[in-house]
Amino acid sequence: MTTFDTSVPPTLRKLDMERLFLRKRLVSLAFPLIILAYLVYVFFAFDVPGLAERLNPQNARTLVADSYSYKTHVTRDNRSGEVSVAIEGERKGAYPQGEAPEWVQLATASSDVTIIDLEDGYVVRFGSETVEFDIPGYGTIRATPSRSAGVQAEFPAGDLPDWINASKNRLAITTEAGRLTVTRNRAEVFRYFAGWELFFFTLDSPYHGVGLGKLMTLAATGEAGAIFHDFWTNKMWRHQDVAWAIFETLLMAFLGTMGAGMIALPLAFAATRNFMPLRTIRFATRRLFDFVRGVDSLIWTVVLARAFGPGPLTGALAILVTDTGTFGKIFSEALENVDQKQIEGVASTGAKPAQRYRFGVIPQITPILLSQLLYFLESNTRSATIIGAITGGGIGLLLTQAIITQKDWEEVAYYIVLIILMVMLMDWLSGWLRSRLIKGEQGRKGRKTKSGKALLLP
Amino acid sequence: MPDPAIFRQISSKPQVHLTAFAQILPVRADMSSTTQVSLMTDVSAEAPNVADIRADYAALIQRKRLYGGALLAVFVAMMVAGFRVADDRNAGSFSDGFTRIFDYPGEVLSEATEKAAQLPGHVMTFFPALVETLNIAAAATLLGAIAGTVLSLLATRGLARWPSLIPLFRRVLDICRAIPEIVIALVLIFLLGGGPVPAMIAIAIHTAGALGKLFSEVNENASLKPVEGLSSVGASWAQRMVLGVFPQVGPNYVSYALLRFEINIRASAILGFVGAGGIGYELRNAMSWGQGRYDEAAAIFLLLFLTIVLVDQLSGKLRDRLTYGAQS
Repeated sequence: MTTFDTSVPPTLRKLDMERLFLRKRLVSLAFPLIILAYLVYVFFAFDVPGLAERLNPQNARTLVADSYSYKTHVTRDNRSGEVSVAIEGERKGAYPQGEAPEWVQLATASSDVTIIDLEDGYVVRFGSETVEFDIPGYGTIRATPSRSAGVQAEFPAGDLPDWINASKNRLAITTEAGRLTVTRNRAEVFRYFAGWELFFFTLDSPYHGVGLGKLMTLAATGEAGAIFHDFWTNKMWRHQDVAWAIFETLLMAFLGTMGAGMIALPLAFAATRNFMPLRTIRFATRRLFDFVRGVDSLIWTVVLARAFGPGPLTGALAILVTDTGTFGKIFSEALENVDQKQIEGVASTGAKPAQRYRFGVIPQITPILLSQLLYFLESNTRSATIIGAITGGGIGLLLTQAIITQKDWEEVAYYIVLIILMVMLMDWLSGWLRSRLIKGEQGRKGRKTKSGKALLLP
Repeated sequence: MPDPAIFRQISSKPQVHLTAFAQILPVRADMSSTTQVSLMTDVSAEAPNVADIRADYAALIQRKRLYGGALLAVFVAMMVAGFRVADDRNAGSFSDGFTRIFDYPGEVLSEATEKAAQLPGHVMTFFPALVETLNIAAAATLLGAIAGTVLSLLATRGLARWPSLIPLFRRVLDICRAIPEIVIALVLIFLLGGGPVPAMIAIAIHTAGALGKLFSEVNENASLKPVEGLSSVGASWAQRMVLGVFPQVGPNYVSYALLRFEINIRASAILGFVGAGGIGYELRNAMSWGQGRYDEAAAIFLLLFLTIVLVDQLSGKLRDRLTYGAQS
């Protein structure tokens, strides 16, 4: 109880109070102001105003369009006159020579004109010399490419609209039905379709374009193996490689987390006051934990990648080393909070030291141990993705590879979806295991008590 | 991010594992079960058979041990098989690499000690990059904390502005939390070019998800009385939150945000390595120069290490003060 000093007159006390209020108000005003000032500083330090110039709208458009749609290329080699059709213009998506989707009429013996129907009246014709493009509401454009004179184009009368880009050697027309580019060497039509192309079967598979119902019947009649094989070895989407990559990522997280736990547990005993009487060893172990934690996982990754080369083992070891320090800290704190009475009780029955640890200590820290291991398993799935992108392993590697090509955005989108699902699944799994393995932990209910050093680094 | 709250909950009630004692003290356990059985046998009027009970108990223990042993065997098998698969798919094998772990640090160290005189100079050179990394982490933490606060309030029962949209905001938080920073950063680098902004946005999104989840747990423990009081005098939703909820949850928020700041420094260093600026970018450059420039790499290692240790210590102190008050 504080005694009230009655010698101070009330007016002075009131003045004091007002000063206090003023100070509080100033502080509560200053706090947001400081944050605001900092954000303004960052705004200019990071050159956010200049961001608009650096933003590449073309890239943005490609990215968005490509992530949900694909294009089919119809290409004519102007020298040989050969026409080829390929999805995304890639060899692995190419139609066999002489075959084409129904909207492309390849040249036959009787007529040497290839007709590409882009629908809604948009039609492109590859003649023997001239390329014609019918555009409803505008007219027909004729372009004649030649080795000597470049691309000579004839347009309907009037000014060129801005969706036509014509120069001496190149003609590019962008319409909503598709794109046409004509250069000296080749004429190419792009037609866009929604969806991810050839996701299940590539063109060389007999199951391409077969409906789901028919596929089911085929599978039931004994072709299930072949169907799965064609899907699994899909060259465009590489389902097999992707599954392996996800497995590798999970493997990195699992090996790293569990290995770190196994190494950290015995070491943690050496860092506690109640189990390690020698101060020097205690000090040394603690500093070791601090050091391993302080050296960032980035540095460990870099160092270990030098020794082990790229791959999942390097990632697992990087996680292992980093988390050994963290686990050591957590476990040793848990061990210091262990109740001595239980150990004494076990000892009073004549238990040997090993039994004392096994039955007096371990049961007390098992809940903390398990819940931390499972939490880290979940968070390390994310770390493994990141480390994989640096050292080269797992889904992180596939993701960086797909981004580096700068055109396979549908694959990037696919991988991102897979990564999110993987992390969410691990989150759910670790929560489920925690609730199953640790009695007394029922979700998030109950008020949190104020105890222990609770805030830990993941 | 692992949730410390659970840990707190568990550590607050260490459990007494009776089975552990029972294993050591079969006699006493037998006695207790004997008394129990004798009570039951009073009803069925049959003589208790100590030998039977002992056999039952032994069988129970046997089964427990069997399950435990099987679980352990599965775990060990998974570890061994997993290790072998990882070893197979790695470029270099574990046994080869193990002896070479210290080669690279050794080279870096020896070169750094040779050119020890230049080290302060390098430290000064890379200091601006370090500041950039710290700025990325701080700005991302701030933005993420602000977004996380709003999202967590919208996702907490009793506080939400639109209660029917709670599941939606929860899913938004889940997805933000699930996306690794590097995914967003790489895509944004493609759009915006290298630099700190992609890293900042990427980390901020993940931070918003991670902090939002922690914040909403804090919110659930906040008393609703001040909120009700404020609404009874006609306060708007924003006023109720700022005046009724924030004073209750403020210290916890700040403490979680500080913890996140530590994590984000590491994350921003890593993102720098993939081209987002800051000290990570310098590190990659210094490393790609190879031998002869290892002194620069050593300077960067040193800077990063010291920064992380320093920030860890400072924020640990600050968090302790927030949790336990200034006097302790």
